[in-house]
Amino acid sequence: MNLSLVIELTILALAIFLGFEVISKVPAMLHTPLMSGTNFIHGIVIVGAIIVLGEADDTFLKVIGFTAMVLATANVVGGWFVTDRMLEMFKKRPEPKQESEKP
Amino acid sequence: MISPSSNLIGLLYLVTIICFIFALRFLSSPKHARRGNWIGGVGMILAIVSTLLLDGIGNWALIVVAAMIGAAVGLVGARKVKMTAMPQMVALFNGVGGGAAALVALAEFHIVPEGLATTASVSTVLSALIGSISFAGSMIAFAKLQELISGRPITFPGQNIFNIAVLLATVGLGAALVAGVHDQWVLWLLVGLALLFGVLFVLPIGGADMPVVISLLNAFTGLAASATGFVLSNTVLIVAGMLVGASGTMLTLLMAKAMNRSVTNVLFGAFGQVQAGAGTGMRTDDGRTVRATTPEDVAVQLSFARKVVVVPGYGMAVAQAQHDVRQLAELLEEKGVEVQYAIHPVAGRMPGHMNVLLAEANVPYDVLKEMDEINPEFPQTDVALVIGANDVTNPAARHDTSSPIYGMPILDVDKAASVIVMKRSMNPGFAGIDNELYLEPQTTMLFGDAKDSVVKLIAAVKAT
Repeated sequence: MNLSLVIELTILALAIFLGFEVISKVPAMLHTPLMSGTNFIHGIVIVGAIIVLGEADDTFLKVIGFTAMVLATANVVGGWFVTDRMLEMFKKRPEPKQESEKP
Repeated sequence: MISPSSNLIGLLYLVTIICFIFALRFLSSPKHARRGNWIGGVGMILAIVSTLLLDGIGNWALIVVAAMIGAAVGLVGARKVKMTAMPQMVALFNGVGGGAAALVALAEFHIVPEGLATTASVSTVLSALIGSISFAGSMIAFAKLQELISGRPITFPGQNIFNIAVLLATVGLGAALVAGVHDQWVLWLLVGLALLFGVLFVLPIGGADMPVVISLLNAFTGLAASATGFVLSNTVLIVAGMLVGASGTMLTLLMAKAMNRSVTNVLFGAFGQVQAGAGTGMRTDDGRTVRATTPEDVAVQLSFARKVVVVPGYGMAVAQAQHDVRQLAELLEEKGVEVQYAIHPVAGRMPGHMNVLLAEANVPYDVLKEMDEINPEFPQTDVALVIGANDVTNPAARHDTSSPIYGMPILDVDKAASVIVMKRSMNPGFAGIDNELYLEPQTTMLFGDAKDSVVKLIAAVKAT
């Protein structure tokens, strides 16, 4: 076992705990935006798609890389915009007292 | 294969990871959740730019064209999708993400001419396997939710054994690849079988269980992305993928718990099939019958109540009645009635779906109450107005050990002084069982399309 693998596994283990920790704080109300938000985050495979397509030197790899790139970009762009659209809708009841203070 | 050996790019990836963590952290309250999403977006752009800066990246024209096609599809999809169709949308994005991860694994296997190192081959196999299952499973989930195919469970004899056999064969091929068999066709066969398994494992899962499946597929895609990170020795993929994996796993467990069922039971139980003889009787043996009411009667009840709790279900969303419901609630509030909304964890077709639908109708989020918060308040509630919700209000879940939903946490609607159920017909809900709430003496039914009924109620309340 080489050192870099050990480091990678350490990072992985810490990420698992961090993931559970952060997500347990998300209220049920926001679970749908959480899902589409994490959907956006797994769009990070775009990094892999760029690497594959960026260094593709035969047709097979170009086709695979191109397809991966289209899918991953759709994932990133769609995931982000749909999450933003949803979160924009969540509004608190306007407090009557504050309304008079606001311009 | 290029791995980000440069320190600068590694550090930029670290910034991306921190952005993603903040994005999730900010989701703890609707107040700053949107800002969180922006931070996540900045992180993603940073990761993309850093990757483009890696030495040896070429094929720029292809990258730009692919990105433009993907972005156009994603943007149009995100803009056009209706909030009721959000589960399909999430399923679709799960699928494309999983597909991309599987393709990256295929490419990696193609590049390395001889046997990969064990770690690399394990992660390549996992990435291809999980990514393919996620892709095919998500597409079936999409087709079911979009009603391109039947949303009911699709079963055949020996299904579980057949599915397990397919999965074992897939894992067997994976093991062969790890053991050193380096034939392209073995990996293709593995991908083919994994796709088949993805289809097979979602087919028998029925309507009300979809939230669990979507969460699970979300976790799968995250794990596939994380495995891809090991293939490419890329930290941002490992961590971001795993964050999604953790989130999806947690939501899967939460959803299963909200239905009081194990994840295994959801996946292999083929729940939600219409049971013979169910959903036919409006009359029970002890002579209790369902009583219908009129909008005028309901309007009087509502107008003179002190406290009304609205219990919205998917039926309300299907009828697109949420905007009218909000209008009705505002009218009642003008008359001094306290109005709250009771949201069951599995209301809608995915976790938290109902909250989004009501937010879209401009219902402020502070009047939306979660189950544990609202249940103690039902005994002090004058009128519970159930709009298109069914199984989540069925008291059988509390006492009838023979009921398929026994043990599922429900909204204690029956404890309210009076219950009005707005429903299209006496058809059973997704669990395919009768709801004994409808036979309770304090319950009256207002039959008809949810939207029509609410519009009539609004007119009647105005007249009162």
